[in-house]
Amino acid sequence: MSPNRPITPSTLSPKDLPWQIDWNKSKCTLCGQCTTVCPVKAIELGVFRKRKVKTPIGLMTPPENEYSIFYGIRQKTDPAFSCIGCGMCSMVCPNGAIMPRRNDEKDKLCFHKNAGGKPRTRGGRRNDNDSLLDRIKFIRISMLTDPALDAGRHEFDLRTLLGRVLPPEEGLKTFREQGWAPPVREIYPLIIGGMSFGALSPNMWEGLQMGVAYLNEEMGMPVRICTGEGGCPPRLLRSRFLKYVILQVASGYFGWDEIIHALPHMKEDPCAIEIKYGQGAKPGDGGLLMWHKVNKLIAAIRGVPAGVSLPSPPTHQTQYSIEESVAKMIQSMSMAWGFRVPVYPKISASSTSLAVLNNLTRNPYASGLAIDGEDGGTGAAYNVSMNHMGHPIASNIRDAYLNLARLGKQNEIPIFAGGGVGKNGNLAANAAALIMLGASGIQIGKYIMQAAAGCLGSESDRCNVCNIGVCPKGITSQDPRIYRRLDPEKVAERVVETYLSFDTELKKIIAPLGRSTSLPIGMSDALGINDKAAADRLSIKYVV
Amino acid sequence: MCRLFALTSQEPVSPMQAIKALDVMREGHDGSGVGLFLSGLSGPFEDLKDCPVLSGIFTTPGIRRLDQFMMDHDFMTKYKTSTRLSEDPPTGTPKRDVYLARAYEKPEAWKHLSPEKQEEEMVRIRLQLRRMGEANNDMTVFSFWPDTIMIKELGDPLAVGNYLQLDRKEFDARVVLAQGRQNTNYAINLYACHPFFIQGICTMTNGENTAFLPIREFLESSNILGYEGYQSDSEVFTHILHFTLKRLGLDIDAYKHIITPLKDRDLNNHPDGPFLKQLKETCRKLIIDGPNCIIGCLPDKSLFMVQDSKKLRPGVVGGRPGMYAFSSEVCGLDAVLPDRDVTKDIQPMHLDTVIVPPTRQEIRICRQTDPLHLQH
Repeated sequence: MSPNRPITPSTLSPKDLPWQIDWNKSKCTLCGQCTTVCPVKAIELGVFRKRKVKTPIGLMTPPENEYSIFYGIRQKTDPAFSCIGCGMCSMVCPNGAIMPRRNDEKDKLCFHKNAGGKPRTRGGRRNDNDSLLDRIKFIRISMLTDPALDAGRHEFDLRTLLGRVLPPEEGLKTFREQGWAPPVREIYPLIIGGMSFGALSPNMWEGLQMGVAYLNEEMGMPVRICTGEGGCPPRLLRSRFLKYVILQVASGYFGWDEIIHALPHMKEDPCAIEIKYGQGAKPGDGGLLMWHKVNKLIAAIRGVPAGVSLPSPPTHQTQYSIEESVAKMIQSMSMAWGFRVPVYPKISASSTSLAVLNNLTRNPYASGLAIDGEDGGTGAAYNVSMNHMGHPIASNIRDAYLNLARLGKQNEIPIFAGGGVGKNGNLAANAAALIMLGASGIQIGKYIMQAAAGCLGSESDRCNVCNIGVCPKGITSQDPRIYRRLDPEKVAERVVETYLSFDTELKKIIAPLGRSTSLPIGMSDALGINDKAAADRLSIKYVV
Repeated sequence: MCRLFALTSQEPVSPMQAIKALDVMREGHDGSGVGLFLSGLSGPFEDLKDCPVLSGIFTTPGIRRLDQFMMDHDFMTKYKTSTRLSEDPPTGTPKRDVYLARAYEKPEAWKHLSPEKQEEEMVRIRLQLRRMGEANNDMTVFSFWPDTIMIKELGDPLAVGNYLQLDRKEFDARVVLAQGRQNTNYAINLYACHPFFIQGICTMTNGENTAFLPIREFLESSNILGYEGYQSDSEVFTHILHFTLKRLGLDIDAYKHIITPLKDRDLNNHPDGPFLKQLKETCRKLIIDGPNCIIGCLPDKSLFMVQDSKKLRPGVVGGRPGMYAFSSEVCGLDAVLPDRDVTKDIQPMHLDTVIVPPTRQEIRICRQTDPLHLQH
């Protein structure tokens, strides 16, 4: 062994990494596509030396060593270049000679991902497969007592309201007196949540917008999409498609200059304004667009220099109290659009959610509340925030709804739930469960990236490089060499397919419950779970 | 599925007529109970139009407590029915001590109260009695309202009717709502038996109310006197109607717009479109999903029938000027009004509210796509 062997405390073997590369020498043709496509350069062409012992027949000639070299693929073990398991190598390999394999034990990389004293920052998800929403069952199914509705044949009205709904008496009084009533939009209950133009690649964003426009104009489904922080492309702001878009204003106010300047030129009002205070994946953290993704286009739209990280502060810096946040900001945003556009805040699910909600109920301009649970995804966050902060969505939503019900204001302030909806693929079931727990609608982000663009991330720390702009599928990269991999038309197609199938599945769930003319918001008598503690906590039935 | 039958007649009729109609429709109910609402009373009650009538079932200690309570509140008995029941109740019917329909003179102190206040007081008294009964299990109070008798009992409707001797003159009424109960969803509870009543408004329903829970949560949280109990998933229909008429000040033709609002495309073409859109939006939490046929009686003694938005439950209305009947099946109608002109029977469609006004001269159909009556 070499006396100056390169072993340091952070020297790892492939066995210590979360993902290991299986490379098959006999199948590999050394085309090099895998190393080219690897987003984190975890593999490289390697030169291997081989010794072969030649033992001639007889006793006269002693055995000899024969040395040769061959070329192949080598996995790097430097923590900075560890394999992320995205599997792009296997997608491009013409011979199926390479594939990442998950380590069969807990990896050691997690102890070393803080080079330079910086904790790990990553994009993606919380990486926890468990989901309470998946365990909820729909137990109220009409069979013989009353005819069930036919999901395939009956007409269903699956709409929800975004906007403050006045109590019946007040609503009619306002109508008679022709007073001002808060704006209300009737929308599809599944919203594409805030994923900004900086976080997503232009192709991904275009694909989503095209899909949403198609759903609205061709399929008659009033689907809405939120911009996320970072503004909105000027052309979209001035187009008739703006009415399908919820503009988000977050604490960095990125892109808002552009939006305010576009106001006089807007042909349509936006669907709503979402004021982001928090995000489920990183509660208390604000937003973060890392410098890798701030190219010239993004810099122009956001009104900042290119190539610098763009953190949004965790709070809106001009405000120092909940009253100010809720009252002042909501009012001024409402005023900017002549009180014609619903304005609502989005917060991370936490133990203070109820305080915010209570405050909103007293504000006539507040149009709703979006609550994002701990299972949300993000473009960039500290590992520790994603994994260990925040509140699960189910109990948070339930508390909020029951609180409103106690006040007699259920559905007056619609609550939108996000964070981990469909994380294991059960989108319609998760969404229906949240609606029956009290949500007026659902926000999705990760799901639509996986369904519409084939995001490779999973709940087992796979990929998670959205933050550094090397997204192997081109979804969250601002590098044209990468995002040209993504065809916006195909994304749009997948968005439409996803929504249509969701629609069918949602009908399949609510038809046997006997609901078709209104969304079963708060219909908790239909829900059951095989966990006594969870059943008690959510006030639903305990079933085993 | 429960069977429904309602009658409205110029001349007082015996509630047994309605019970006979239920019996004809018997296949559809298992006879687990019967509920009756009688109004437009004749006989001794006819002259006591202003006196609230208390109806319910009591044990002997319960009636003593009732008397004490009513005396304490300065009510004076003006008339009471009394029946000597046969020793053995029919199969399935429990033995009770007293079935009561008793008319009271209002307390002196009420003289100065406005009619609305008096109505409120009557509801408050009924609720107090209900709670007293629930505490000691000795009283079951169905109604406390002028010109109203309600009778509910477990067992086969016809057997119960005969047992209670409902063919007596004092029970003859001009409006009768009757339901033959098919018990499926819940344990048998007298309070869960239809029809339901609040402040002159009465409805009964068959089918299942799948939106029950969120609607109940809304009604309970609205802090309106009397919006409580909810032993049955259908009870909310009565309270939604009460909410429509009393709180929103709307007419019966708005009721269907609240429980089964029109689709947007229809609202856009409706003469009252903007108003109805507002109604749909603010009353969204009161939307029912059926399947239901609802038959009810309004304070002015109009009878009406509506259905869920997909018309998953049948219903038929027929008769002749002076006497009309509402039934969940045609055979029920045939049993009571065999000589009517069947070609004039009306089977309301999914947008219709069928109303027989207090004059009982015609059947009025109010379709949801029609303009609304002038709002109050």
